[in-house]
Amino acid sequence: MRCEICKTAMATVHLTEIINGHRSEKHLCENCAASQGVTAQSQLSLNELLSSLLAAGDQNAANQSRASVCQSCGNTMEEFSKTSLLGCPDDYEAFGDAIEMVIRKAQNDKTQHEGKVPVGVDITQKSEAETEIAGLKKQLADAIESEDYETAAKLRDRIQKMQ
Amino acid sequence: MKLTDLSSRTTDWFKGGGPLSDIVISSRIRLARNLAGFNFITKCTDQQKQEILSRLKEIILGLETLGDLFFIDIGQGDQVERDFLIERHLISKNLASGIGARGVVIAKNELFGAMINEEDHLRMQVLGSGLDVKNCWQKINEIDNLISEKVKYAFSSKYGYLTACPTNVGTGIRVSVMLHLPGLKMTEHLKKMIEAVREMNLTVRGLFGEGTEAVGDFFQVSNQVTLGVSEEKIVNDFGNIIIPKIVEYEKQAREQLLSRNINLLDDKISRALALLKNAKLISSHEALFLLSNLRLGINMGRIKDISISTINDLFMLTQPAHLQMNSGHSLTAAQRDMLRAQTLKSRLN
Repeated sequence: MRCEICKTAMATVHLTEIINGHRSEKHLCENCAASQGVTAQSQLSLNELLSSLLAAGDQNAANQSRASVCQSCGNTMEEFSKTSLLGCPDDYEAFGDAIEMVIRKAQNDKTQHEGKVPVGVDITQKSEAETEIAGLKKQLADAIESEDYETAAKLRDRIQKMQ
Repeated sequence: MKLTDLSSRTTDWFKGGGPLSDIVISSRIRLARNLAGFNFITKCTDQQKQEILSRLKEIILGLETLGDLFFIDIGQGDQVERDFLIERHLISKNLASGIGARGVVIAKNELFGAMINEEDHLRMQVLGSGLDVKNCWQKINEIDNLISEKVKYAFSSKYGYLTACPTNVGTGIRVSVMLHLPGLKMTEHLKKMIEAVREMNLTVRGLFGEGTEAVGDFFQVSNQVTLGVSEEKIVNDFGNIIIPKIVEYEKQAREQLLSRNINLLDDKISRALALLKNAKLISSHEALFLLSNLRLGINMGRIKDISISTINDLFMLTQPAHLQMNSGHSLTAAQRDMLRAQTLKSRLN
């Protein structure tokens, strides 16, 4: 749904007003809402956030992510949505995209750690992966340049998988 | 070391020194860590919790840089002891009400504390008086490095330090600064300040952290985002930009009170003093509120014969569990209100 005012951005603020028993609805983007003096509640609890995310997404994807089970600790995404607590470090991998969505929302759209690393932990593996991705991207650019779309598609898929 | 050794005095970080200490009460940095190879707390067996507790306890008690340390078994202690530790900000309500093997290692000067088996396996904090975030970071970073030489933390190159709740993942750092903002409250600029702070992805909470109301115009400002921003950036933003700005606003509000509303200010201060000196029964909530006004009066030079350290002592010692620890037995709410009023009266007259 597009914003009723600017008609370009997506409407993410949905306002229901009841004045003298008359009910009206407004669907606005964040910028237009702010210019109208409407501010969205910025601090949703994690539970609300997760439920709304799962509800807003594709129903199948939602069911799928609710059904994912961590093989290490037996925790499920559904359990997480109730307690806001994960069962073990492996949950971060086991719940894949669903947990990344939650992290994005909770962490101001950030998904990559910056900062200190435990003593003795080597994160050069990460930079090797990055170097490989950079190499593949160059090959992709070359493939597009030479109109070899079949190779380009394969490279694109590999890059996406690695990212 | 017994808890009663602590209960008769104010904790070091609350003594009222350090940069900007008329407005900034204290600085605190907490790191959340979990051990690799173990489930997070909710999926740990009793035996695993016991194993985590004894391992971390032994390592932390062995850290020589921290001076005298002692361990308190929270699974064993009584309710008044737990409340006492909460009042001194040494443990969280969450640790107090937890289940199974859990405890806290505390430095004798109370500037370092490490909760074991709270929401995460390890939650350690370093505190300082006034605006002291950079120093706190330097100390806790050093301690964290020493611990990570001895255990393997749950860590991923993508998400950083892995925590039980994704709101702490990444650096696992929570920088909190406790502020006294009566000027902004009285000039009705507080709401605007809180909104501005929230827009910067920071949270504003009451005196005892999550879920507590702001009593007596004390507020804790903390970072909300823990992923994708380095510890140094968060700490420097707090130390160089965010807190100095809030302090500046509070100072402006106080100047405004002096120039435009001096009668209102003096009235609040005098009423607070009169009540604190004469009340026969006083609740902890009321005492906190009145002491807050008195603190403002002293900092603004309107009261000259009472020191800030007396006020800080009273803030600490008139809390419910402190009164009970110091009297040596448990007291009903009515008995506490009476003892609190007596304590205030004797120290202020």
